[in-house]
Amino acid sequence: MKMFTTRSAPYFFIAPALILLFLFSLLPILIALLISFTDMDLAGLADYANIHFVGLANYTKILRDGSFLKAIGNTLFYVVFGVPFVILFSLAIALLINFGKSRVFDIFRAAFYMPSVTNVVAVAVVWSYLYNPSLGLFNTVLNFFGLPDVRWLQDPVTAKISLIILALWRAIGLNMLIFLAAIKGIPKSYYEAAQLDGAGTWKQIRHITVPLLRFAIFFVSVTTLIGWLQFFEEPFVMTDGGPLEGTMSVALFVYKNGFQFSEFGYAAAGSFILFFAIITLTLLQFRLQRKED
Amino acid sequence: MTIKQKSMQWLAGILLTVGGFLMVLPFLWMILSAFKPEPEFARFPPTLWPETFTLEHYFELFERMNFGVYLRNTLIIVFFSFLGMLLNAMAGYGFAKYKFKGREPLFYLVLATLMIPGQVTMIPVYLILNKMGLTNTMTGIVLPSLVGAFAIFLFRQFMSTIPDELLEATRLDGAGEFRIFLQIVLPISVSVLAVQGILTFIAGWNSFLWPLIIANDAKYYTLSVGLQLLKGQYSSNYGLQMAGSAVMVVPIIIVFLLFQRYIMDNYTISGIK
Repeated sequence: MKMFTTRSAPYFFIAPALILLFLFSLLPILIALLISFTDMDLAGLADYANIHFVGLANYTKILRDGSFLKAIGNTLFYVVFGVPFVILFSLAIALLINFGKSRVFDIFRAAFYMPSVTNVVAVAVVWSYLYNPSLGLFNTVLNFFGLPDVRWLQDPVTAKISLIILALWRAIGLNMLIFLAAIKGIPKSYYEAAQLDGAGTWKQIRHITVPLLRFAIFFVSVTTLIGWLQFFEEPFVMTDGGPLEGTMSVALFVYKNGFQFSEFGYAAAGSFILFFAIITLTLLQFRLQRKED
Repeated sequence: MTIKQKSMQWLAGILLTVGGFLMVLPFLWMILSAFKPEPEFARFPPTLWPETFTLEHYFELFERMNFGVYLRNTLIIVFFSFLGMLLNAMAGYGFAKYKFKGREPLFYLVLATLMIPGQVTMIPVYLILNKMGLTNTMTGIVLPSLVGAFAIFLFRQFMSTIPDELLEATRLDGAGEFRIFLQIVLPISVSVLAVQGILTFIAGWNSFLWPLIIANDAKYYTLSVGLQLLKGQYSSNYGLQMAGSAVMVVPIIIVFLLFQRYIMDNYTISGIK
């Protein structure tokens, strides 16, 4: 029994996925754009007659909103420190693992990747305990070496750094794997030639491996930048944006305005500013890359 | 190997051991702490190894705190995620092995969805689900993240390499299109299915945001939402919190350690160079 002909078959195969993507990815973009020009809130959700067109009012208001500006500042802080650290650590670890000749090094690969597969809430629960000012492991270790307590999550600036450490711990694994795959793709003959010329390990890494990893580094820096611009889960679960909005990110601002204060129009405007920033910075990165080539 | 090379190997090994230990330290701390009775947490300095081992936190989670229900809901989500994976595989096959009108633009449209940030679609998706009457339902929790462009892309890449002659021969034998997909295409694609299967399991098990937004009723909560609740309500019961985290993390670590070879290979398949 044939359910359909060869002609209609491809549509049958792609239709379910395409309908879902349309409904939950493409259509929402249009809706977000539309409601960002309205005053949609809970009343608007109950009855669409309560929604009014407000033009650019949400955008002009949000750009003068102290909380939003603070969230932008914090997000830039996350980006400026987060992106280089993620690249540096994952690249260094990938190089070290690749350098190892023994099978033991495969265990390291698993150990460094492990945090990437775990749930953010569970991880946040464990890290909140590690960061606990009096009972936590980190301060206990510091005290053991005669160092004073650190107010990991209680000080606005330190809290940002604490969240970056946590996110770094979660992000290393995936990017390390990308670098490892790229390193494995470099032909062995390059190194053999360099060895004949008498180049040491460090020279080989600097003059062969890192230059040939240019594309992988570019790829990781683009995805990591986008990731940090959307930084959300860690501040949401660990600090809820506090203390004193010190860890509030733009993405968390959008979530809070949307789902806690039900200001759907206002939140949508914030999300579009974020979207615009992501596109601009990504295009900028592509241009810089092309200039280098 | 010269002595210098040997000592460099040792140096790399030692650096990685220290780093690797720091990476797994939070997990060790979690697992050990989950066995400590509550009074032991007030001890200063904290005990690394539990003085008395207890399973009381696990009993409390499952007997008094609904973690059985949360676990069931999480498994339901995982099950539906696998259905979603099948839809991704079907779409990947459709794009890989058929010529049809609109193939190219539709595929670019699929790829374009990769660039849309979740924060932009979050609110509209909620509004759409609300309009469809799916808030506070299991369907509403599952639908938004059922299919994904990246998985469709990976399936398409892999399935493009299946020879047309093979499919044509089966077709001549009178097999229907869907039977070809089930009996020929899927078995050939077992390696990419393995990778996607593990990633699907991990994503489904860990899903947090949509269950949190869509479920108002405790009977639809997943483990991650239940744990978030626990963190807020029992913020000083560290034993309970660590046991709850262990319930979420340990199964995923076991799955990961069993199948890690496939995940690691994924990055050679996707061909990032």
